[in-house]
Amino acid sequence: MKSAPFAYSRPADVDEACALLAADDGARVIAGGQSLVPMMAMRLAWPTRLVDIARIASLSYVRDEKDAVAIGACTRQCAIERDQVVARRLPLLARTMPFIGHGATRARGTIGGSLAHADPAAELPLIAVTLDATLSYRLNGNTGDIAARDFFQGLMMTALPAGACLASVRFPVWPGKVGSGFHEVNARRSDFAFVAAAAQVQLDEDGKCRRIAIGVGAATATPIRLGAAEKALTGIVLGGKQVADAVRDALSDIEPLDDLHASAAYRRRAAAALAARAVADAKTDAERARHAH
Amino acid sequence: MRIELTVNGAKHVLDIEARTTLLDCLRDHLGLKGAHAGCEHGVCGACTVLCDGAAVRSCLMFAPQAEGSTITTIEGVTPAPGELSPVQDAFCETHGMQCGYCTPAMILTAHALLAGNPDPTRDEIVEAISGNICRCTGYAQIVEAISLAAERMRGTNTPGGPRP
Amino acid sequence: MSAQHFRFVASDRRVREDRRFVAGKGNFVADVVLPGTLHVALVTCPHAAARIKSIDKRAALKMPGVRYVIDGAELAAGTDVLMAGLDTPNVPRRPLAFEVARYSGEWVAAVAAETRAQAEDAAEAVEVGYEPLPFVLDAEKAMEKNAPLVHEKHGSNVLLDRAFVWGTVEEDFAASPRKLSLRVKWARSSTVPIETFGVVARWDPGGDILDVWASIQMPRYAEQIASALKIPSSSVRVHYDVDVGGSYGVKRGIKHSVLVGYLARRLGAPVRLIEDRLENMRGGDAHGPERLFDVEVAFDNDGTVRSMKMQALENLGAYAGRSPFQLGKPVGSIVGPYKIKSVQYRAIAVVTNKTTQDAVRGFGQGPTNLALERAMDEIANTLGLDPLEVRRRNLIRAHEFPYLIPSGTTYDSGDYETVIGKVLADTDYNALIKERDRLRAEGKLAGIGIAACLEPSGGNATFEALLNPKITTSTFMDSCRINVDGNGTVTATMHTTSSGQGHETLVGTVIGEVLGIHPDAIRVTRPDSLNSLPSGTPVGSRMAIMLGGAAFHAAQKLMDKLTAIGAHDLGIPRERAVYEKGDVYDRHKPADRRSWAELVGIAHRNIHRMPASMEPGLATSHIYSVPTGGALPAADGRVQMYPCFSFEFHLLLLTIDPDLGTPRILRYRVGHDCGTQINPKIVRGMTMGGIAHGIGAALYEEFAYNDEGQLIAQSFMDYLLPSSHEVPAIKLIEHETPSPHTVFGQKGSGESGYLGAPAAVANAVNDALRPLGISINTLPLKATKLGDLIAAARAKSATTA
Repeated sequence: MKSAPFAYSRPADVDEACALLAADDGARVIAGGQSLVPMMAMRLAWPTRLVDIARIASLSYVRDEKDAVAIGACTRQCAIERDQVVARRLPLLARTMPFIGHGATRARGTIGGSLAHADPAAELPLIAVTLDATLSYRLNGNTGDIAARDFFQGLMMTALPAGACLASVRFPVWPGKVGSGFHEVNARRSDFAFVAAAAQVQLDEDGKCRRIAIGVGAATATPIRLGAAEKALTGIVLGGKQVADAVRDALSDIEPLDDLHASAAYRRRAAAALAARAVADAKTDAERARHAH
Repeated sequence: MRIELTVNGAKHVLDIEARTTLLDCLRDHLGLKGAHAGCEHGVCGACTVLCDGAAVRSCLMFAPQAEGSTITTIEGVTPAPGELSPVQDAFCETHGMQCGYCTPAMILTAHALLAGNPDPTRDEIVEAISGNICRCTGYAQIVEAISLAAERMRGTNTPGGPRP
Repeated sequence: MSAQHFRFVASDRRVREDRRFVAGKGNFVADVVLPGTLHVALVTCPHAAARIKSIDKRAALKMPGVRYVIDGAELAAGTDVLMAGLDTPNVPRRPLAFEVARYSGEWVAAVAAETRAQAEDAAEAVEVGYEPLPFVLDAEKAMEKNAPLVHEKHGSNVLLDRAFVWGTVEEDFAASPRKLSLRVKWARSSTVPIETFGVVARWDPGGDILDVWASIQMPRYAEQIASALKIPSSSVRVHYDVDVGGSYGVKRGIKHSVLVGYLARRLGAPVRLIEDRLENMRGGDAHGPERLFDVEVAFDNDGTVRSMKMQALENLGAYAGRSPFQLGKPVGSIVGPYKIKSVQYRAIAVVTNKTTQDAVRGFGQGPTNLALERAMDEIANTLGLDPLEVRRRNLIRAHEFPYLIPSGTTYDSGDYETVIGKVLADTDYNALIKERDRLRAEGKLAGIGIAACLEPSGGNATFEALLNPKITTSTFMDSCRINVDGNGTVTATMHTTSSGQGHETLVGTVIGEVLGIHPDAIRVTRPDSLNSLPSGTPVGSRMAIMLGGAAFHAAQKLMDKLTAIGAHDLGIPRERAVYEKGDVYDRHKPADRRSWAELVGIAHRNIHRMPASMEPGLATSHIYSVPTGGALPAADGRVQMYPCFSFEFHLLLLTIDPDLGTPRILRYRVGHDCGTQINPKIVRGMTMGGIAHGIGAALYEEFAYNDEGQLIAQSFMDYLLPSSHEVPAIKLIEHETPSPHTVFGQKGSGESGYLGAPAAVANAVNDALRPLGISINTLPLKATKLGDLIAAARAKSATTA
């Protein structure tokens, strides 16, 4: 299980990386390599050149902006897991980090790598979609933005233009006190999920839902938002039955994946169960946050 | 290609193919046989080494990616020929292994855990080693070994020995 | 000998092998580096079955570093077929497919190159022309009249179909008021060690010696290589000092070894093949049983089981070495720990277009226990009785040993009720039931799982003669040699490889015990096959009994010799001389004695002080045969299979998430009795590891195929070994009922965790599902499968409600 031969470059900055990518159709970016290297080992991927951007310092940061937190594409997952800004401002992302792979893969894996790889079962794309993140890339000396909901286009397919290098991802921060919930089901606890669900909730003074985001990953080829459920649940008290009905209805027309691991019917049911649990956790979390206030 | 690696405190200049994984580089070019290939696709953890102090899978890194980092292998935590680190000794005390194939990786993972958490709970130990598959032991004696090592290491600098 | 008389045996001493492993200084096969070694990579068949029309090696041969490309035709011309267990000459097995490839992943050609990466590059460039053929994957379909034939010349896909009747089965069925039948399926899984199989071979044309280093655990390995390569066995030197990175049965890479041995001779260079994980999973021929059971039991209203009919249909995969024998070994404990008076057993083995199997931990006993223990639970369920109570009513009692079972094996010893009693003293069964019922009241699915099981141990291979009448082997040996050098230090040899069982510790402990010297002062080495005495290798849970027995007797011979020398030098009759911790003294005048150093000096340098005609030096050896062995099966198949029977009792509480189907084990207790424990640390590890392995087989592991015959669980992403998260904290409760047949009362302990856990987990899952009116008897009990079943049951009850 050895990779096919390739050339290796370690550019000094993003634009040099883009130039290397432009010069070779078979070139691919490598950052943490935790998804790409196994594919190369099995010869399911055979880049002619690896452009290693992991050492580009300007791509590794967590920055607290006014209404958002921006994270450099090469920021290691373990750094995000430990980051205080993320813990305070992006509770859903913070809550989800320990579910990603193992400690040893988070030590190398980057946020940009996971997003660009676009594995439907990966957690970070789901969080990006759930939180309406915006992904920024460099191409030909210019910066471009793509909304997360438009970025993921299919199984391991993204809207990132050919030759572009993902530079950062910007997560909007919800003002005020919010609660978050994340649940996933897998065969073993640290495996890729069969289905994952994420929710973020903000409650008003009466305990009614002021704002809610619900996302489901791994059930379909790309992460989805349960927009209809979000709409149905906004402005009401998040009771168990209301939530269960809303997420089930919102999932009625999805086309779940069907494979060795889980049937389509399983994924649809699990998505409903997990989304309801995520919302319930988020609600409890939001109530706690409010009381702490 | 030519690369410079820092492994167990020593600098090595090597001429390798870019596609050489860090695992193969350590084993085939530096003669450090303590890291083992189990799956070569990043699941079993038998190839675990420390990269800048963190436990990582050396089969999921190409050797050139390790330039500029500090790599530690099982040979690097063994104090001297014939001597053992407290973690290694604890693994012997509880028999935290059978065939020994996953053992160096398991010990390095334990070293990384204890460096950041000198008093881990059982759940924390279980979580820390969950990326290292052992087929022999069922993990019980491994968890006991790490717990014992932690206890001994905490006691090392405590007057009168380990805390109650 | 009873426990209190032991000095080193049964004490919680460290395992000597561990020291090298924790330092990363194990000597695994991939660590064997010979200058100029060529590396092999394999070209594999992408079809479930295909005729090989052409192999074009030209492009591959031009690639950098490539030295040779070999195909099945060349290898078939240069070697003999591999050894088969059954008498099936028209089912030939070769390292590389010849004319027809019979499963997806089968090796078709091999490339030898200067690096493994170069060999893989070139393997992709070998162009093979295939004509896909019809194929069959399912064992029952393989038995149908018009099924595609995996081996056309054999004329059928059935390699074995034997029926046995022991006792008055039909009468007992007719006389029983209650009967039930069930179908149980053990999924295709295996032991999947973290180290793949690997072999390095070097041919010395000057000395006519093929040196072999391999991660092997197999009887008659050197002989099988020699036979296939058509060279004398004395020309094959297998180095037993290779540490094997886990095996539990499957490290039997004979096809790898013949291929590499052939290439080493052909190319005049050291050649190595270390399987990568894909090669290991697809074409390493290391899958385990895939077995379908149809079980019928006849019983009384109080749960007393009178008779059992069991049919086992084994899906062997495309070829068969010894794997069909895995239907034979369970005959020796076919009724488990229960007093079932008559048994009908039919064993069928068929070939299909799946990967070939090899021996897996328990050698067929795990699947058989699953079927038996599921039946015990269903009997209880049918009668509305407690499953523990039903088992207790059927258990063999302590005073009934030695106990003869219908299939002809006599169990050595046991005290099953006491072991169960100890577990229940630790865990209040009624409280456990209350906890389960409380969980159920909270809306959870919760179940208690019970399984009792036996671990036949001592590794007699009489199943060979049972299933192949042409085999008349009744002798299964292990051996140990001891030499005391001129300085008085002791070196013992064992004559096979180890894969984590701590055999060096075993040998040191046993010899130390007999000679009264510290085990750590005894060097234990593993020489090569040309310098070895016979060994049956660490199969069949036999080494504590067999290697321990050999070491014991070799040490006794040495002690006798030292005693004789001492008596002669003291001028007293032999009977008056007493050996104690290395010294020999006069029983009547204990001050008159010869020390170890003096005795060694006499034996090595003072033949004039030796008894007349005694050999000088202090070297002894012993070849030990299996206790109770020596007889061939009777015509009706009755046979003393193994000598010793360890016992285990598993008890667990598990919940299943009703929405997701995910099982979670909350509590796990196991009572274990393997007689005297020579090293408790090792026994504990074996038991815990076996349970983890069994949890894997029950819940996670399956070599799953799709309808096209492609193995889809071929990496560690899809074949799921339990991690530390999936194995609960397990409490082990020990009991020791010594075996009367062994030197210290020890029995085997390498398998029982694995033999009982799948049944216990399956019973717990079924108990949890019972309130929904559903049951599942097909492993693995995957969360997603359980989730679908639960949802269907709920939907059904919603519509009927």
